[in-house]
Amino acid sequence: MELFKNTNFDFLGKKWPFIIASLVLTVAGFGSILLQGGIRFGIDFKGGALMTVKFADKPNLEKIRSAVNARIQGENTVQNFTDPNAKDQVEIGTEMKDEKQLNLNRKAMEDVLASTFGQPNSSKLDFNNASQQSVVERLRDPLARNGVPMSDQQLQTLAKNLMDFRDTPPRSGLITDFDQLSNVPGMNAGIMNTLKQECYLSPYHILQTQMVGPKVGAELRNKAVYATLYALAGMLVYIAFRFEWIYGFGAVIAVFHDTLITIGLFSIFHEEISMTVIAALLTLVGYSMNDTIVIFDRIRENLKILRREPLESLMNKSINQTLSRTIMTSGLTFLTVIALFLFGGPVLHGFSFALVCGIIVGTYSSVFIACPIVLFWHNYSDKRRKVAPVMAAAPRTDAGRKSPSRAAK
Amino acid sequence: MKTNLKWRAGVIVATILLCVFGIFGIPKSGAELKDNFSKNIRLGLDLKGGTHLVMQVQVQDAVKADLEQTAERLKDDLRKQNLTYGSMDVNEAARPEDADKVMLTIKGIPAAQTSAFRSVVSEHYPSYILTAQNSTDYTMQLKPTDLLNLKGDTVKRAIDTIGNRIDQLGLAEKSVQPYGQSSSTYQILIQLPGVDDPARAKELIGTAAVLEIDDVKDGPYSSREDGIAKHGGILPLGTKLARMKPRGANEGEQWYLLGKTPVVSGSEMRNARAGQDEFRKWETSFTLSQEGGRRFGRYTEANIGNRLAVVLDNQIVSVATIQARIEDSGRITGLGSEDEAVDLSRYLRSGSLPARVTTDEERSIGPSLGADSIHQGLIAGIAGLLAVVTAMLLYYKRSGANAVLALVLNTVILLAAVSYFHAVLTLPGIAGIILTIGMAVDSNVLIFERIREELRSGKSVIAAVDAGFGKAWWTIVDTHVTTVVSCAFLFLFGEGPVRGFAVTLVIGLIANVFTAVFVSRTIFDWELAGRRQLQELSI
Repeated sequence: MELFKNTNFDFLGKKWPFIIASLVLTVAGFGSILLQGGIRFGIDFKGGALMTVKFADKPNLEKIRSAVNARIQGENTVQNFTDPNAKDQVEIGTEMKDEKQLNLNRKAMEDVLASTFGQPNSSKLDFNNASQQSVVERLRDPLARNGVPMSDQQLQTLAKNLMDFRDTPPRSGLITDFDQLSNVPGMNAGIMNTLKQECYLSPYHILQTQMVGPKVGAELRNKAVYATLYALAGMLVYIAFRFEWIYGFGAVIAVFHDTLITIGLFSIFHEEISMTVIAALLTLVGYSMNDTIVIFDRIRENLKILRREPLESLMNKSINQTLSRTIMTSGLTFLTVIALFLFGGPVLHGFSFALVCGIIVGTYSSVFIACPIVLFWHNYSDKRRKVAPVMAAAPRTDAGRKSPSRAAK
Repeated sequence: MKTNLKWRAGVIVATILLCVFGIFGIPKSGAELKDNFSKNIRLGLDLKGGTHLVMQVQVQDAVKADLEQTAERLKDDLRKQNLTYGSMDVNEAARPEDADKVMLTIKGIPAAQTSAFRSVVSEHYPSYILTAQNSTDYTMQLKPTDLLNLKGDTVKRAIDTIGNRIDQLGLAEKSVQPYGQSSSTYQILIQLPGVDDPARAKELIGTAAVLEIDDVKDGPYSSREDGIAKHGGILPLGTKLARMKPRGANEGEQWYLLGKTPVVSGSEMRNARAGQDEFRKWETSFTLSQEGGRRFGRYTEANIGNRLAVVLDNQIVSVATIQARIEDSGRITGLGSEDEAVDLSRYLRSGSLPARVTTDEERSIGPSLGADSIHQGLIAGIAGLLAVVTAMLLYYKRSGANAVLALVLNTVILLAAVSYFHAVLTLPGIAGIILTIGMAVDSNVLIFERIREELRSGKSVIAAVDAGFGKAWWTIVDTHVTTVVSCAFLFLFGEGPVRGFAVTLVIGLIANVFTAVFVSRTIFDWELAGRRQLQELSI
């Protein structure tokens, strides 16, 4: 099966609609960022406290919001996930102006949840948010009193089994009825009764808590940005060395364009930039760069064979020759990323969203951004040579069109 | 050609065996296989659940403490030489960055004694710089190299102490290490896999920062204001107010007036343990260093009947009355419960941190979230992989199978590398794996498309395969080297997750060159060997 055999599309002839589309997207992204008062950074980069809570039923956001605002000052956020795998999960975020607040916020958030949804006055243990150790300590004496004495070792094993059962999908940390636990290894009527007597089941489970001081957040952000910029510079130097500097420049601009548009799309779709999103942006930089180099490589090869061909048609030919591979690779990678986006869950949501955008943008930028830049430069330098021969007084060979010197390898 | 093929096949089989051994070991049963796998492929906290803490060591505390000690010694030395001085003070610094600005200011040295004073300092305090502010006032500071050593040493000691304290929690796996690229951030990264309730760990690490035993001047008061009011609105010189750490929720506030200079500091504490006295009441016994014991003996002898407070990070954990002269070993009796005695002994035993530590970052990931992430990631991964495999087989037929094999081998090598390097698999690491798989697919697609082109131009099968691999080779080199270059920068300048991404990606790329070029080529050659007249290739 072959989908693209000897195609002959005039890609560079149709570059303008795409370049304009790119510009529109970039401007729209920037506009959205400006309208929202800056890039929406996740907790990793702006600092703050963030708690992810899973509820047994559809959570009442208003109720949580008013409870949180009543207890914690500053700008608080309560939002649910759009991901269908996480529809009963809520993210509660609080501001943190000072590192000293780190301890306070966590406690305050836990208290708000317990007093709104739990039974803080029942003097029972909240099984859905208990740690293994607290279950052990809670059950030891009552079990002995109820006639099921256990050694410490046995007790630890029992608690571990209970926790493991609670935390494995599909329960994922939340059980709604003690009878669900009847299949846990080592369970018997005595233990079950003691559990029911000592514990209660709150309708929520804290999945994770993250607290990042504002200073660290800024530091992480700067480091990630600098590392990426240095990496881009490194790639530019390598490509300039292997091809010509304008190729390196074109490739880096194309990659930069992809990153900008993806960040813009994040703003438009109200997604946050977190540390995992940075990893995804780095992935898309690598991916888009890869795509561009494959095309450049073909151009370099054709420059050696088709010396008389004008650059534009030579580039078109090269893009057409690699079209089949571009579509195949992009298509296959896109399949993986779409799978990740659909089934990957809320933790991978931002990550896979960045890649979904990035692969589309990254594929077309190789053709419609990187190649035109190289073409513009060569046309410009050719014209300058023709128009102002006096300026180019030194005898110059046709350096721009010569196949790069190292390509002979 | 035949022998060439044989040794190439040998290299491939050896690699596969080595990798499979790295991932699974030599299991004797299915359970052991699973066990080995989870032991060799270690998951990061974001996938497994656990607590991640970044703490900053307030090194300026250590610099200040050092200068305060120096001031005490200098006072002694000056007294011995019959030299006089007006005052000696060490200033405070709020942030670790300001540690260099902490200095000892000595005021009021009579002009006549200047040279004698200078010679005392230059003789006994060679690691300090003495700067004259005017004819009678001076400042003293550590020399830059000594200051650097002191700060480095402080972070190291903090890491040791925190490590010891965490050991007492009885955790199987933990890691306490310096964090941050520049040594000027003084940060420590603490990772506690499996601990999703960091409150207890932090109680020991975070709040239990500086331990000292102070003399109690007065108290208790019901509030800070009450304490100040009892002394006419100002605290007496050389004292401070500290609050008793609340035990129960309904206990009222208790404040005490304490002496500012500690009687004994935590670094002089040698050992402590909980026990019961003759009346089966809980107590904590402790031993001090020789030097500390001598001082404690002198002090307790003169202060029988007075009270002492055990103070942790400016919070009183225990107040006891001195009943007899105590030298290097003593007991704190009359504690309420076993827990109280055990906690107190733990605080005393774990020594003192050389400086306060503050929390910069705290993340705790519940095991259920990790389990969810793995579960969903696995489904997504399998779905994605199946789609790729199907598409490759449909589009490239027999040769597609070749690519799929290379792809699987690539993943196996990657996992084996994770195991051999004792690396930890995190979410960003998985991002690296995805890009690797993307590039592995790409390498194969590149080669296959090239072979097709060559076939179309009328070459024989063997010549086409040869040309396909040959021409795609430099493209593969360029794409891979570019990515490796960017990874090198990410590793050098990046932090934590960014580095994890770079490392996995580089390993994946090396594996990819091996599988896509070497392994794939060998399989092609194997299939074509001895069939020189082959007219058609399933591609």
